[in-house]
Amino acid sequence: MAGLKFQGTVWTFGDNIDTDQINPGQYMDLPAEEASEHVFEAIAPEFSKEFKAGELIVAGNNFGCGSSRETAPDVLKYVGAAAIVAESFGRIFFRNAVAIGLPVLVCPGISAQTKGGDTLEVDIEAALVRNLTTNKEFKGERLHEMMLNSLRKGGIMKLLSEG
Amino acid sequence: MGQTIAEKIFSEKLSRPVRAGEYVIAPIDCAMLHEGFVRSWMQLMSAGVSTVWDPDKIVVLFDHYVPAPTERMASAHMMVRNVIQATGIKHYYGEREGICHQVMIEKGHALPGALVVGTDSHTCSYGALGAAGTGIGTTEMAYVLARGELWFRVPETVKFALRGKLPKIVASKDILLHIAGRFGVEIAQYKSAEFVGEAADAMSIEGRITMSNMAVEIGAKFGFFNTDDKTLEYLKGRAAVPSRKLAADADAAYASAYDVDVSDLEPQVACPHSVGNVKPVREAQGTPVNQALLGSCTNGRLEDLRVAAEILKGRSVNRFTRLYVYPASREVYIDAMKSGVIQTLSEAGAIICNPCCGPCFGGHAGLLAPGERCISSTNRNFKGRMGSADAEVYLASPATVAASALRGAITDPREV
Repeated sequence: MAGLKFQGTVWTFGDNIDTDQINPGQYMDLPAEEASEHVFEAIAPEFSKEFKAGELIVAGNNFGCGSSRETAPDVLKYVGAAAIVAESFGRIFFRNAVAIGLPVLVCPGISAQTKGGDTLEVDIEAALVRNLTTNKEFKGERLHEMMLNSLRKGGIMKLLSEG
Repeated sequence: MGQTIAEKIFSEKLSRPVRAGEYVIAPIDCAMLHEGFVRSWMQLMSAGVSTVWDPDKIVVLFDHYVPAPTERMASAHMMVRNVIQATGIKHYYGEREGICHQVMIEKGHALPGALVVGTDSHTCSYGALGAAGTGIGTTEMAYVLARGELWFRVPETVKFALRGKLPKIVASKDILLHIAGRFGVEIAQYKSAEFVGEAADAMSIEGRITMSNMAVEIGAKFGFFNTDDKTLEYLKGRAAVPSRKLAADADAAYASAYDVDVSDLEPQVACPHSVGNVKPVREAQGTPVNQALLGSCTNGRLEDLRVAAEILKGRSVNRFTRLYVYPASREVYIDAMKSGVIQTLSEAGAIICNPCCGPCFGGHAGLLAPGERCISSTNRNFKGRMGSADAEVYLASPATVAASALRGAITDPREV
């Protein structure tokens, strides 16, 4: 992930996708391998079978609202989501994603102009999203340097082990 | 220019004045972990860390999976006990004391002005006592266990001025649901919430905890009440250090401020599958319920159980509806026993469970079958939250839960 830049096909989701939809409580204590079979089970049952590593997620407002369960960003990282771009995020999900090294970007206006299957180029450092299918460009909200540093290293535990 | 409560607390932690919008690295006063400890500890081990920053500032207990429902979870609990003994972590309550947030408050770990993080999103409950409590994930918690500090964005604050006097039987839960319904579940996204005004001042500590607990459901990082004589009285004998009063300055700057007149508020219900999908209970009146859930960290305190007992006294829960009662803690359980509340509820047909989180987050015990419906005093009604993704959860106050259990259908508690 040189320079935190990603290109891939998009899966889209609506507003208020909560942590229970991403990782239902019933499967919360399972290892990521098993829990990932149930990701988005109630709203997009095909996701766990069809999502390919390196693809992207674009969502509406308040993505990941709800629980502090880190298993939610964790299963998305496990299935290989390259980055998540949303109008806004649930606060704790957002922090957790940064902490485990799953790139996230707040990008107002993105969801209305992105369709599932579009190809997007996401530049986290520059906070820029380009829809290569429609040739439109979107400006996101640049992450603070502390958060970018975590993402560059692949998570805050790397900061810890490096002293 | 004055400061909000969040700005005051971060300024104290940093020993310099800070403003909303600044990014800071702040020292943590107390870290709370439930079963999340397992993941945090494994993270620490893989980073080569085997000692914690301060064993006196860490609280560990079990509440999500009590009693351990699976062998996997029993083993996880065992692993935590072993680590507690090896690290000398001082405040360990095991599965004995109850649900983390209630225990943190009862045992005096959530004090006015303290910065507290917990591996649970409802850690914002501590704002009811003026503590800056907020939920974090297990990786960030691992970092805290090692370093005793964490980055924060000093949040902007949204002020909710609660005007007037709450009508009888209408509860603080109804106010919070009304706010979520009227202003939306993102009204305080990334922000600190302050609940002020005469209805906030008149509210019991228990009622305040309910609203602070659910501040996260409107996106908030913290959910503060001003600390007053009631707070100090509550903390007497619980806190190891003297407590103090804390409130925002009169000229503090707010991102936004809303007036909420509660004088004519009716009992409210959040319909599936969003905490913001709120209407007066009478508009959902008559909707059949298979299960009623009273308790949890949101509404499992004595005041909550008592109001339900008053409604159910000498009566019987509908025979096709099951009423589960989850007191928030052992202390609450004992008080409810001594005051006869447990007996009244049990005589009415309620099933009294041990203090734990089980059904609230869909982990175990009291889950719903496809097509079933539950009226619950808990904090979330997301799709699939309490078992089947094809079940429905309605959120309401303890009074509404009790009245609905009685009739087997959603019922306005003013009618029974």
